[in-house]
Amino acid sequence: MLEAFLSSTLSMATPILLAALGELIVEESGIVNIGIEGAMLTGAFFALAGAYFSGSILLGLACGIAAGVAINAIFAALVVNLSVNQVVAGTALDILALGLTGVFYRKLFGITGKAFMVRSVPKIPLGPLANIPLLGPVLFNHNALVYFTFALVPILGYLISRTRYGLRLRAAGERPAAADALGLNVYRIRWQALVVSGVLTGLAGAYLTLAYANTFVENISAGRGFVALSVVILGRWNAWGLCAASVLFGAAMALQFGLQALGTMVPYQLFLALPYALTLVVLAGFGGQAAAPSALGEPYRRS
Amino acid sequence: MLSSVAKPAAALTLAAALISVILLALGASPIGVFAALGEGAFGNWYAFTDTIVKATPLVFTGLAVSLAFSGALWNIGADGQLTIGAIAAGAIGPWLGDWPHSLAVILMLTAGAMGGAIWGGLAGWLRARRDVNEVIATIMLNFVAVQLLSWAVHGPLMEPSRAYPTSSPIAPAAQLGFYFSPSRLNLGMLIAVVLAVACYVVLFHTSVGFELRAMGRNRRAATFFRIRIERLTILVMALSGALAGLGGAVHVSAITHRLYEKLSPGWGYEAIAVALVARLNPLGIVAAALFFGALDNGSQAMQRSQNVSPVLVQVIQGMVIIFLLAFDTPLWTGLRDQMTGAPATTAAAIAAPELPDA
Repeated sequence: MLEAFLSSTLSMATPILLAALGELIVEESGIVNIGIEGAMLTGAFFALAGAYFSGSILLGLACGIAAGVAINAIFAALVVNLSVNQVVAGTALDILALGLTGVFYRKLFGITGKAFMVRSVPKIPLGPLANIPLLGPVLFNHNALVYFTFALVPILGYLISRTRYGLRLRAAGERPAAADALGLNVYRIRWQALVVSGVLTGLAGAYLTLAYANTFVENISAGRGFVALSVVILGRWNAWGLCAASVLFGAAMALQFGLQALGTMVPYQLFLALPYALTLVVLAGFGGQAAAPSALGEPYRRS
Repeated sequence: MLSSVAKPAAALTLAAALISVILLALGASPIGVFAALGEGAFGNWYAFTDTIVKATPLVFTGLAVSLAFSGALWNIGADGQLTIGAIAAGAIGPWLGDWPHSLAVILMLTAGAMGGAIWGGLAGWLRARRDVNEVIATIMLNFVAVQLLSWAVHGPLMEPSRAYPTSSPIAPAAQLGFYFSPSRLNLGMLIAVVLAVACYVVLFHTSVGFELRAMGRNRRAATFFRIRIERLTILVMALSGALAGLGGAVHVSAITHRLYEKLSPGWGYEAIAVALVARLNPLGIVAAALFFGALDNGSQAMQRSQNVSPVLVQVIQGMVIIFLLAFDTPLWTGLRDQMTGAPATTAAAIAAPELPDA
């Protein structure tokens, strides 16, 4: 029971963490991408369609990544190059993704979606580690995407805080004009960040269809992109913080399914609302966005 | 003023062209789809009246969004505010059986407006006093509202037989009646139009409206004109929420008569498309809402005759917003320079975009 709960906590946390890490890179460069929900949804759909028609999970993952990058590229063209309002552009992409995936899904697979199942991304028990009692099944018996996601945490943490790339990224997000004066191309840095984030967000979407549900339903992302946004805030723009917040929300989601199955008196909606309510409380309590990059959300216009 | 008509028209045309390509790729006929949309929206008396009915919530949420956006307050939360308004109205509605009709309706609508005002005002307060970005706050509040509604209809407000996840029906006294039954025409649109005129007057002919627009142009500069930014922020977000909440109450009072899960199909998000097409002008909101209401209404008929998912409407919404944003940008000329890193000389000299800055 506990074993199943903890294990499902990690698999629930994975897509959120993946998308949140992508959003972290984007926000460090000075952009808020609300379109992350749409990129995730589009990634989820095309990953499944790719895997279904090719019969290959790898090709499916590639399709999901390509879709995530494509949505983010539209966003980048709008907000980086055209200095369009990021909030409105992101919302537009969310709506667009909901519509596009719905229309394609209906056309390709009809309303029932019966034969629309794929094999799941296989689990890879990590040798003898998987045999450790409790810890083994919880930590070391997952699919490759879970390992990849959690391995990304220290890697991205190091990349952002300790490397030249990270320094440039943060310069674009803190003082874009100063970064520009030093010869950095803020536009290019922000574009790169959005492409990398597109890869991670598309992969997060692919996880939903190929590793979690093994099928697609309309709006399968169901707000997970927005949860990723709040994870970045709660994690104080720190990779390890993001990891902790994702696991917390993964636990809330796992608990909610458990409660619904048990039919207890505790309303399961409480746990579904928890990520969002907690974000509000933390933001209100800890003086807003003190840890956020200074130029977050401001379009950069070279003059 | 030509651009206020020409730009939305051009955006719509481009969106229609792109959607035609997508439809062709899917093996559907664009002409058939657009004809079915028009037929479903305006084909007969009932279709026409239902377009007005479907546009009604969009006027409320569209006004809510345009009011907040005018002050550069990015209220993405009209959906949550509408939901809370509906919950408040649906909660007191069943208890108004002994009240006179007009009073019962007023009470119910007031409850809805207050519910929405609290939800919007909360985001305003968080922005003004706790420095919490209103975008994040309103998105989070949307999801909390959805879960509140789900909990309400499964728990405290569930109908007595406890067989279905809906609330008890509101008292007949609290219902906005249909004037030309079987059409569903009701007072809702009239209330919405009156409010649109009121919003227009407030925005362009009162000092509060001036302060709001000044804040939208430049939040920091507005403080130099002794505009009390914090108070104004809370006030505007509460007003914005009240408008959306009223829309929810009207919908419950006139159409559904009870609460159930997923009451809003996304009117608060669609409202952003409505507000942008209307150039944030309250009077334009009515026309823009009728346009998107017609799309919503026609999409059902289109699904039946053309076998295309009604969510095609959301593709249209998303594309219209994107094209409108793209048309508004002053930076087309500087594009090549941005990416190659050569000095951009012209970009800063060009006029500011029509949307307030973030």
